[in-house]
Amino acid sequence: MTNQEIISKLPYSKPFLFVDEIVQIDENGVEGNYTFDESLDFYKGHFKDYPVTPGVILTEVMAQIGLVCLGIFLLNDTFNRNTSIALTSTEIEFLKPVFPKEKVTVISKKIYFRFGKLKCKIIMKNEKGEEVCTGIIAGMIISK
Amino acid sequence: MNKEQTIEELKNIVKPYIQNQEAFDGLTEDTDFINDLKINSANLVDVILDIEEKYDIVIDNEAMERMVNVKAAMEIIETKLSEKNS
Repeated sequence: MTNQEIISKLPYSKPFLFVDEIVQIDENGVEGNYTFDESLDFYKGHFKDYPVTPGVILTEVMAQIGLVCLGIFLLNDTFNRNTSIALTSTEIEFLKPVFPKEKVTVISKKIYFRFGKLKCKIIMKNEKGEEVCTGIIAGMIISK
Repeated sequence: MNKEQTIEELKNIVKPYIQNQEAFDGLTEDTDFINDLKINSANLVDVILDIEEKYDIVIDNEAMERMVNVKAAMEIIETKLSEKNS
């Protein structure tokens, strides 16, 4: 499966697709990136007159690249329209703010994928290479 | 395998994941992980991985599906341990 095919299989669309590119992927992890479009709706209110990317959105970017893209890769041909995906836990530390137009890179390392549960250690970096958030995210990916 | 000791070890393993303290305090062989202790299915995976680590055994999908309560968990641990030592 090519990296573009993985992105096309993601169950998201604008304005909630937060993956631009997968740079590297294998059975142990994934690296990908996303650039925050300044016209995204939440910037109008977070915060008033001072747009900063909300932590929940950073978490979502980490989950879409680090967990869902990797999950699709790991399930390979068994991933289809009947596959259920659910986020089950997040434990994230937010270290630096991310502003509109910033490009972030997400690096995810698989901790385990057992019994349909994928758990990863995930780091997000900004263009300067600084860590902006780090944590552990888990989800269930089950083919029916 | 000492039954009381295994129950005590299992209690320590499930403790971080339980949502029903009362059921945990009164835990018996018949205590169900999901219905009584209210462990969610995602955390049940962690319970099983912790059991694998504690007893140095490998639990397969079929055993995972049977592992719904304390009694079943003890049976599976015992079976896997005896397979390992035979």
